[in-house]
Amino acid sequence: MPKKILHVVESAYRATLEEQDDTVLWFTHAMKGAGADVTVVLRGNAVNYAVEGQNASGLALGAKKQTQPPTLDADVAKLVSMGVELYYVEEDAKARGLRATDFVSGPKGLAQAELGELFARFDLVFTW
Amino acid sequence: MPKKHLSFLLMDAPYEQARTTTGFRLVDAALRKGHDVTVFCYEGAVGLAFAKQVPHANAVHGRDVAQEDHPNPKDWVAALLTLAQEKNAKLVWIQCGLCVDERGVGECVPGAVRGSPADFLKAVESADNTLVIPTR
Repeated sequence: MPKKILHVVESAYRATLEEQDDTVLWFTHAMKGAGADVTVVLRGNAVNYAVEGQNASGLALGAKKQTQPPTLDADVAKLVSMGVELYYVEEDAKARGLRATDFVSGPKGLAQAELGELFARFDLVFTW
Repeated sequence: MPKKHLSFLLMDAPYEQARTTTGFRLVDAALRKGHDVTVFCYEGAVGLAFAKQVPHANAVHGRDVAQEDHPNPKDWVAALLTLAQEKNAKLVWIQCGLCVDERGVGECVPGAVRGSPADFLKAVESADNTLVIPTR
């Protein structure tokens, strides 16, 4: 029985242009592909990762243009499609003027007060 | 005390955060007690074991290279690998291969090995506990 792992993603938009993804979502994707039983919570600024239609294209520095900008909303949706349960903290979304209808389909809202109960369901909680 | 297996994920680049020193101290403490340790270096942390780090003199300190005795992180990684042997403990130091390639830091101290998140998952599954120390 694989250990149940929860990734709590809080650092947001760190190196996303250089990596063309979020390093923790990428890591989660790779772990899931390797057979991990993994769940994700987006909290703080990272709730914005689930906002549908965000567009990071257009970066050009000198003659070097970025042709594959990060698509974090698609990355979130892809994790969900792979069977990763994905939550966002409702208070953090509300504080940023975001509603459930702003998000890609799949992520589930979770009250801040419910986090402790959620954490208790996992063998390991990794806070990023 | 029975031997345990602890795994760690480090993420900060060298010379940036006290978190790295904390991680090193935890690894050191575990090895001194004879426990087995796996360290997975992700993102900038792959620079910790980069073999081409060089010590420097420090004019502000008024010391030459030898006097300054600058502790480059690679030397600490090597020292931890040596400590593991001395304590009959196992230290597996894994470098995220893609992170290494991005940064061009493929030349590592002897004992560091290339790996992937799948190797981290294996360590997590076999370890008694795991601590992720992420970049902030």
